This record gives sequence, structure tokens and C-alpha cells, in this order.
Amino acid sequence: MTRQAQSALLFLLGASLLHAGTTDLYLRYVKEGLRPLLLLSAAVLITTALATLWYDRKQDRQPDGRHDGKHDGISGPTKTTTRPTPHKPPRTTWLLTLPILALILVAPPALGSYTATRAGTALQEPYAYDPLPPDNPLTLPLTDYAARAAYDKGRTLKNRHLRIEGFVATPPSGPPYLVRMTLNCCAADAQPVKIALTGEVPPVLRPDTWLRVEGTYTPETTKDPVNGALIPYLKVTRATPMKPPKDPYEALAR
Amino acid sequence: MATPTRPRPSQKEPKPTAATGPTDRTPLTLITVLILAVLLQNPLRGALSSPVMQTWTTVFVAVVVQAMPFLVLGVLLSAAIAVFVPSSFFTRALPTRPSLAVPVAGAAGAVLPGCECASVPVTGALIRRGVPPAAALAFLLSAPAINPVVLTATAVAFPDTPEMVLARLVASLLVSCAMGWLWLRLGRTDWLRPPTHPSHEGKPRAAAFWDSVRHDVLHAGGFLILGAMAAATLKAAVPESWLSDLAANPWAAVVALGILAVVLSLCSEADAFVAASLTHFSLTARLAFLVVGPMVDLKLIAMQAGTFGRSFALRFAPTTFLLALAISTATGTALL
Repeated sequence: MTRQAQSALLFLLGASLLHAGTTDLYLRYVKEGLRPLLLLSAAVLITTALATLWYDRKQDRQPDGRHDGKHDGISGPTKTTTRPTPHKPPRTTWLLTLPILALILVAPPALGSYTATRAGTALQEPYAYDPLPPDNPLTLPLTDYAARAAYDKGRTLKNRHLRIEGFVATPPSGPPYLVRMTLNCCAADAQPVKIALTGEVPPVLRPDTWLRVEGTYTPETTKDPVNGALIPYLKVTRATPMKPPKDPYEALAR
Repeated sequence: MATPTRPRPSQKEPKPTAATGPTDRTPLTLITVLILAVLLQNPLRGALSSPVMQTWTTVFVAVVVQAMPFLVLGVLLSAAIAVFVPSSFFTRALPTRPSLAVPVAGAAGAVLPGCECASVPVTGALIRRGVPPAAALAFLLSAPAINPVVLTATAVAFPDTPEMVLARLVASLLVSCAMGWLWLRLGRTDWLRPPTHPSHEGKPRAAAFWDSVRHDVLHAGGFLILGAMAAATLKAAVPESWLSDLAANPWAAVVALGILAVVLSLCSEADAFVAASLTHFSLTARLAFLVVGPMVDLKLIAMQAGTFGRSFALRFAPTTFLLALAISTATGTALL
């Protein structure tokens, strides 16, 4: 791999990270908090590519390898090596084209029902239940509803008109689920939190459709067939399709 | 991927200009690959539209996007060490007796706030700057596990068992020191690939700095991709229900979570949350997951093989794995 190709690869890698970081694309893969670091690393990669080209051009202009001495702290003025010894990177370096292509051409979607039905619900008992605002209907994160319904016996949810957003996952048997994936770091550690739907569930549900569901608390619960954890129910009164939200993931309620 | 490299007869001859000769076909290959990919965009998307492939691609991209900033951070730090820190600094900062330098370097891992992708290039730079390999390796193992960011994440993930933080710190430090001392007794320098870095002699410091950054990103980056591909394959293809059967037997549980840590290749800043959700498993088994993960995983093995050579990685990773399992079992029994 020549140095120009190396620069081009670094430049494209930086540009694709910049593209992901400046649009909402990165939110499909990592948490919002990584954004500054992501943009910084994109800038470093692009700078490296440009610096490599620039220093190469500078050396080509001085075939005797003489440095101008302005910021030269180490060497004497008359070195005879024109270029660094050819030191080619390993072939695996070519693999760096894969994330570039994946980010720019494919832009894979956020994790959905396939992962959700294969992994157990990651609901955990929170330390405390904050009082809920008096809104009506009350929009609640799915993980928050699930925790209150499964571990607090719905104490704070009774007689409330609730609105919850998530995507549909249909297990091989049993009721359909409304799911949000939760993220700790990146999509590789994403885990689903599921609630089961009862009441006026739309007759045809396609997996991965995003729904805004209105409904009420019901004490019924079921067990996740994958890991035996609790899945609470929600009694649906209305379900409307919606566009996927900007950030498809939720942080785990704790 | 198209054929990446060709024989380059003129590689060793001095090249007066940069625009001629068979050596310069690589940009052409790169451009061909990119144009082909753009033309084949729709079939490519079609092939990736099945749920398994889609999950694979998403997890793959996620691991790369998550790891790249930390790799760049580590690479910047290693370039700074290589260019701006004189070798004499390390000989003064570390105890001269290597057996003492190991625990000091291990504890120094606490100051590198990042995950394991950052520590590999930094360790490479330390070895090139004359730090004894045993001490540098202790640093390599401890840094991703015991830095404040990771320990805080562990405390947040295990609110009911704060002992977990102490256990993770103690077990990780013990394993990294033990590996350092083991390297002192049994290690051979010829297992470590000799430093193949471009020489910085006779170049302005800024040029040397950016040259080191370019070199490290391209070297470690390719191997990072290899590791991300392996981790994505396992995440997309292996069902989680396999695990629940193993949780019943305490010994099988420790080994199973150790292996899971290797294959998942999670970022050490996130693994505590995943460990917390593996509620079927004993705390000791989950400790093994937290100790093994930052020290041995597919992504790391690939990066170590790329930086230190294959014969090193093939000996170092399995030994670390076994030692980490043994020490975390002992620590877990004592503290949890």
C-alpha cells in the first residue's frame, strides 16, 4: 500500500466517521455521549491523512532531504535519507475499507426485533421510583413503565392514561411485545426491555414497526422464555404507527 | 474484497518521484474497490437485508465506531510518547529492578482513562522506548480494567454489591502483576516482534508525530476490524439461551462467562452493565467475566498479534486467560 493510498484510506475513514457524527447516524450504534470523541477522532484521522501528504510533498521538493531547519529539533541539516524506509502496513489494513463502505453505503439500521426476540429482557429493579408528572396522557419511557409495573406493582401507574413508544417484536408464541433496546456503550451490548401487549392490539403487527401506544396499567405479567425474567403487560386502548425516533435506544432505568 | 496487494519489485529502490512505477497501483485498487461498491450498492443492500446479516452489520459498525475514538486516543498518546518523551524518563520513573517495575507499571495503568483499544498502541510505544517488556505488559493488562472510568461504571452497574469494584481492582492487578513476573521468568524477547516502527531519526518532530499516528492507526486498525467482525458474528449467530444451561454448575459458569468475555469483545467501559444483567450467574462467575474481558478478547488478540507478532499473542492470550480465571475464582471466593 503506497503512502498516497494510506492517506486516502485514513481520509475516507475520518470522513465516514465525520459523516456519522454530524448526522444522527451515529445514534444507531453508540450513545450520544460518544459524539465529541467521535468527531475529535474523525478530525485527527483527516489531519493525519493531510499531514502525510504534506510532509511527503515537502520531502519530494527537497530531493537531497535537506530540512529547512525551522522546526527541526533532532537532526543535523544534511541527512541523506530522502524517504522513510518503505514500511508497508499489513494486508489487514485493507479491512478498514469495510466500515467505510458500511457507514457510507449501507448505514445499517439500529438493532430491532431479531435481536430482541433472541435475547432475554434486561429489566432490573431500580433503586427508587421518582414521582411522575401530572400530564395526561403521560408519556413514559418504556423501560420506566416496565420497571414500575414489574417491581412496584404499578403503585404509581394506577388510573393513569399512559403513552409509550417502542417497536414491535413477535415471539414464536404468546402475545406481541413492544420493545426498546437499551444501550450502555454501543450496539454490541444492546439489550431489550420488553412489555407484552393486551387489550385492543392491532390485528396485524409487523415486526420492527414503531408504535405509539396509549393504554393503562394491568397487573398481569409473563415470563420471558429466553431468560425467565418478568415481562409486564400493558392494556392497549390505541396504537398508532410512528416514525422511528432520533435515538432508537433508551438508557436502562436505574 | 478485491486483490489488495501486488508484488512490488521497485519497493526497495529509492524512488525519486511519487507518481510513476508499479508501486503506485494501490490507490488505483482502492479507487476500483470504492467505485465497484458504489455501483453494486443495491445488490449489496439486498444481500444485507436478512435479519441476521443486518444484525451482523449493525454490531460490526457499532464496535468499530465505539472503538475507533479510543484507538485514536491511544495512538495519539503513543505517538507523543514515541516523539516527545525521552527514553531516560522511563528509566528514571520506573524502579531499576524489573520485578519491582512490574507492580509499579501495573498500578500506573490506573491513569489511562480508556478501554483496551487504547492500551495496545501505548504499550507498543513503551516497549520501543526501553521500558522492560514485563512492566509494559503488566501495564497493558491492568490499564483497561482498573482506570477510574471503568471502576465507576462497575460501581454504577452493581449498586447492591460494592465489593464487586474492589474485587475487580484486586483481581485485575493481581493478574497483570502475575503475568509480568511470569514474563520475567519465562518470557523470551524473540517472541516479541522487534520494533518495526519507521525510524524517527532525522525528521522534524511534527513529521515524526504524524508518521507515527498514521502507522499505528493503519496497523492496529485493520486488526481491530478483524476483531469486530468476529464479535459481530458471535453476537448475531449464537443464541443467548445456550448460556442459561451453564449457569447451574458453578465451575462451568466461571469458564462459560470467561469464554463469553473473550468472544463478545466488549469495551471495558461497558462490560460491567452486561455482567450485571447476567443474573443467572454467580457473582464469582461475573467477576471472571469482568477480569477476563479487558485482558483477553478477540479484538485484543487480533490487535496484539498485529502489534507484537503472532507468536507472542498465541502464547500470551491463553496464559492470561487461564490465570485470569484462576485468580478471579480465588478473589471471588474471598471477597464476594
